[in-house]
Amino acid sequence: MSCMQTISDYGLRALGLGERALPRADITLCEQVVLIGSGLIWNIYFAVIALCFGFFLASSVAFARNSSNPLVWRPAAFFIFVIRGSPLFIQFFLLYEAFVLLPKIGIDINLIFVEITVETRWLTRAWLGATIVLFLNTTAYTAQIFYGALRSVPKGEIEAGKAIGMTTKQINKRIIWPTMLRLSWASYTNEAIFLLHATALVFFSSFPAWRQQGDALYFASYFADKTFNPFVPYPIIAGYFIALTLIVIIIFGWFNRRLNRHISKNH
Amino acid sequence: MNFYTSFLVVFALLAICVPFILLFGFTGALARRSRIAPFRWFGLAYTSMVRGIPDIIFFLFVPIALDQGIEYLRHHAKCSEWTEPIRQGNDFVVCAAAKMPLGPSPQWVHETYGFFLAALAFAIVFGAFAANTLHGALAAVPKNQLETAAAFGMSRKQTFWRIHLPQMWVYALPGLSNLWMILIKATPLLFLLGVEDIVYWARELGGSKTERFAYPHGDWRLGYFLVLLVFYLLLSWVSEKVFARLNFRVSKGQAMIGDQV
Repeated sequence: MSCMQTISDYGLRALGLGERALPRADITLCEQVVLIGSGLIWNIYFAVIALCFGFFLASSVAFARNSSNPLVWRPAAFFIFVIRGSPLFIQFFLLYEAFVLLPKIGIDINLIFVEITVETRWLTRAWLGATIVLFLNTTAYTAQIFYGALRSVPKGEIEAGKAIGMTTKQINKRIIWPTMLRLSWASYTNEAIFLLHATALVFFSSFPAWRQQGDALYFASYFADKTFNPFVPYPIIAGYFIALTLIVIIIFGWFNRRLNRHISKNH
Repeated sequence: MNFYTSFLVVFALLAICVPFILLFGFTGALARRSRIAPFRWFGLAYTSMVRGIPDIIFFLFVPIALDQGIEYLRHHAKCSEWTEPIRQGNDFVVCAAAKMPLGPSPQWVHETYGFFLAALAFAIVFGAFAANTLHGALAAVPKNQLETAAAFGMSRKQTFWRIHLPQMWVYALPGLSNLWMILIKATPLLFLLGVEDIVYWARELGGSKTERFAYPHGDWRLGYFLVLLVFYLLLSWVSEKVFARLNFRVSKGQAMIGDQV
């Protein structure tokens, strides 16, 4: 089987397209590279969705954490503490078990709302359930980073905003929020890289890979099991992740330049 | 009962790992500062690999790789008359004398061996993180301090051991405490390496039907995992307090912004 053939058979295997059966015997290098690469689609999907949604919720949570109203900042602080204080791995397990129990509860309470049970069914699937876990996780970590930056926004800038007659909302939106992003961007880049790496955990933490549509690490460990040779699949996936990390660094670097474009280059 | 002792496994892992992490960290940091170029490249590669590659890949890769590597070496040392290739298709075949640990040895030896391989994988990954931190801390010690030492006529070695190293700790502590937090939160990954840790027992005991038994109760896994969550929350909360105190102790006598905390 030529390598082009393998690519068309397995290129989108992680999405369930192409050949159903995974290679079992006489596994070629090409098959390993293609299948692990196709699993990478899931890693990118998890990371992009979680980061995009997490960014906006984290901004709100950071502002909530900074609020002077105890009813607002206490829940925010508690949320950050629980997520940051516990391992992501345990969060995966915990929420998966909770999601598994959900439909039963839904049925027990009222049988009339069949729609609810149908919807909760998706939560046990990795594409939704794991995304929710990753989303909550990155929200808490990012909120903490943003909160730290929020507290170091120079007072002078806020006073200047007040002096030219901006409303509180305008100050928040035009002064505090951009400055907060600017100050925290380096740490946020780190968090994004960590989240990208955390996506490799999804299919190892009770979320089952439905019809063997797993992520890159799922396929890599599948090959390591089948060939009993870890020296091929793991370096392949390592290479993929290094490339992804570099892409993240480049994209975030671009945003960083944009955020800092008003600062003189000498600093 | 196994569930409770498995908490000790977590602490055992932490206790075994920390010295090795510091050792690897120091080696990595010193290699990065070395004047010999290959050492420097090695240090750079070692410290930057953890940034690009998810740690879980190391946890899966290192134990198998080490296991096979050791068996491969023992195979060559002990069974030189063996002519068949070690990799036969999809199998990894070594002679019986080279098996690690030896085939007939009791179950606990196998488990302990697996545990140590896992611990080593942890130490390698977190050693790289520590090397990054220590490298940064070594670079953060004010140059004047070192120049003063040189002016006193101290040798390079003396300067390093008496001035550079003691002062470094202040700068390293925040990073190391952060690392400790990450390490705590990585311990449940032991489960993936086949060690029977708390996650394993939570699944075993909580499930109504497992590989070993069918329990008369329903699905308790949610409850068990909640207990684990609280355990980890407590662990990180206590560590935070301890590090805050430690930081206060270490930065005594240092004029730094951190004093005001």
